[in-house]
Order: sequence, then C-alpha cells, then structure tokens
Amino acid sequence: MSVTLSHAEPSIAGVGDYIALMKPRVMSLVVFTAFVGLLIAPGHLHPVIGLTALLCIAVGAGAAGALNMWYDADIDARMTRTAARPIPAGRVAPGEALAFGLTLAVFAVVVLGLLVNVVAAGLLALTIAFYVLVYTMWLKRSTPQNIVIGGAAGALPPMIGWAAATGGTAIEPILLFLIIFFWTPPHFWALSLYRAEDYARAGVPMLPVVAGEAETRRQILLYSLVLAPLGATPWFLGYAGPLYGVLAVAAGAVIVALALRVRGERNGHAASKQMFAFSILYLFLLFAMLLVDRVAGGMFGRFTA
Amino acid sequence: MTMSMSMNEKTPPPSPPPLAGEGRVGVKLTEQQQRARRARSIAIAVSLGVLVILFYIVTLVKGPGVLNRPL
Repeated sequence: MSVTLSHAEPSIAGVGDYIALMKPRVMSLVVFTAFVGLLIAPGHLHPVIGLTALLCIAVGAGAAGALNMWYDADIDARMTRTAARPIPAGRVAPGEALAFGLTLAVFAVVVLGLLVNVVAAGLLALTIAFYVLVYTMWLKRSTPQNIVIGGAAGALPPMIGWAAATGGTAIEPILLFLIIFFWTPPHFWALSLYRAEDYARAGVPMLPVVAGEAETRRQILLYSLVLAPLGATPWFLGYAGPLYGVLAVAAGAVIVALALRVRGERNGHAASKQMFAFSILYLFLLFAMLLVDRVAGGMFGRFTA
Repeated sequence: MTMSMSMNEKTPPPSPPPLAGEGRVGVKLTEQQQRARRARSIAIAVSLGVLVILFYIVTLVKGPGVLNRPL
C-alpha cells in the first residue's frame, strides 16, 4: 500500500542554508557602515547598547536578504551567479524563507525599539520595507533605475547607527547616506556589464540590458564624477580630519580614473571588473578612515566635534 | 442456519478510533532530515537563549531607567 502525503517533504535545510539566506557578505558591509555611523556620533553610548544595536541591524539586514531571496527565487534560478542559493537549489522551501525573513524582521525592529530607541527601530523598519517592497518587489523587475533608487536601502545603515547613538539624525550621517547612495550605481553597473547575459536571461532590466553597454559606461563615469568629490565632503565640511581628506581625494581620483577606463573599454570587461573590485575597497577605505579619524579624536586636525 | 447466515452477512461494527499515535502512518524522517531538524532546533534554542541574556544584561545596564523610554 502506498501512502501519498499531501504535505511538503520534511525540510533538509541546515543552519548554514538559513545563514546563506541572510546574505552574510552584504550583512557584513551593512554592519560595518552602521558601526561607523554609531561610533562617529557625538555623546556616549554604553558598549552593550551599541552591540545590541549592531546585532539588531545585522539581523534586520539578514531579514531583508531572506525576504529578497524568497521573492526573487525565480530570478535567482535563472542566473548563474545565484542559482546555487538555498531556494533555487531546493534546500529551503519558499515558505520557510518567507517565515524566516518575517520573523527576523519583526524581532530585529521590536528588540531595537525596546532596548535602544524608537527612532533607530523606525529607520531599520523603513530600510527593510524599502529594500523588500520598493526595490525587490517593484523596481528590480520594472526599471533600469532599480539599483539607483533601491540603493537608498543600502545607504541607510549609517543613519540607523547614528540614530541608535543619538536618538536622531544630523548632517554627518546624511553625508554618509549620500556617499553610499552615489556609490551604489557605479558599483552595481560595473558588475552588470560583465553579467549582462545573466540579467537578460532572468528578465531583469539592468542598464546594460535595456540601454546598452555604451550608455552604462557613460552613466558609471557620471556617477563616479559625483561620488569622488562627495566622498571628500566630510573633510570639506570639517567633520573629518585632513588624513581622511587626503585618502578620500586620492581614492576618488582612482575611482574616476577607473571609470574613464571603463568608458573607453571596447573589448572585454577587464576594466569593469577592476572598477567593481575597487569600488568595494573604496567604500571600505572611506568608512575605515572615518573610524580612525574619530578614534584618534582630532589628532589629525579635525576642527569640529 | 438462515439465522447464522444473516448474522455473518452483517457489516462488522466500526472499530474504535485509534489512540494517539496508534496505528497511524506517520512521516518517517530520513537520517539527513533528522540531523537537519536537530541542528535547526539547537540554533533556535541558542537564539532564544541569546535574546533572554540580552534582555537581562540590558536591564542591568539601564538600571531603573529601563522603563523610562520616550516614545
């Protein structure tokens, strides 16, 4: 006698699959930028409260990643880069990912609100909602401006970190928001230049798929020309010392030089790959230097507190 | 004879409902599924433990002001 089970097969998803759903690499960048926002904020924050805030931000970012993978499972299955993710690979059921993401999101926001403050919790909720509802569900499949507007979600963590420390916001975290916001398009478009076939197969209207490579290269250069001076703005405005300023100007010059190489590239994607790799280093260097600047406490001539 | 025939043709009375777990065809987990479920259960337990400890420590850090939270 054979028994037909009406319910799904019991899950074989391991803990590692659930960690993969949280996009740990993206999460690490989110936590790092939030940490910088938290540490450069004025005033004193008890280390336990600071760690709690970072934990909640990490879990919130993980929740957004899981919900993104739940909704985009069909796209992920068609792209080489993402086909091995837990849902398209069949290790995690879509419903499990949805439940996991929603649970983490609720816990992260509520715990941040209860243990740290309501402003930071509100910003975290906004970030998760923007990433899932605006970017993933709406923009990603409908416009080549998806990563431009959607980039706001990735740019918010320093503001959450600042809000966790101060209970509000200010010009400095907004500058950090703008730096990440203008960094996102050249970063992702450089990647999409050499992954265009993947995106086309999945039906994602990334700029190279919709407007072609030449226009994408032009847009990368334009955004890099905005990003380079913007990266140095914390120094211009006196929020960071000259060491940060020198680094930001030098790194900005490299970004523009690489964007020019991308613009002039006719065969292959070597310059695009370099641009993508350096853009990660660029953001890391800028934020790390802000951290050094603040920890050094004005040793390098910062003239405002 | 006729009487006994009719007795035999009668449908047997329905069997009483099984006790919990008795005679049921359950889902048999494979060894891999059992291992995965155990690992997930441990991860959930650890996460809840961390949450409890976190609330405890933050309560100690904030002291009596823990409930004084502007909304």
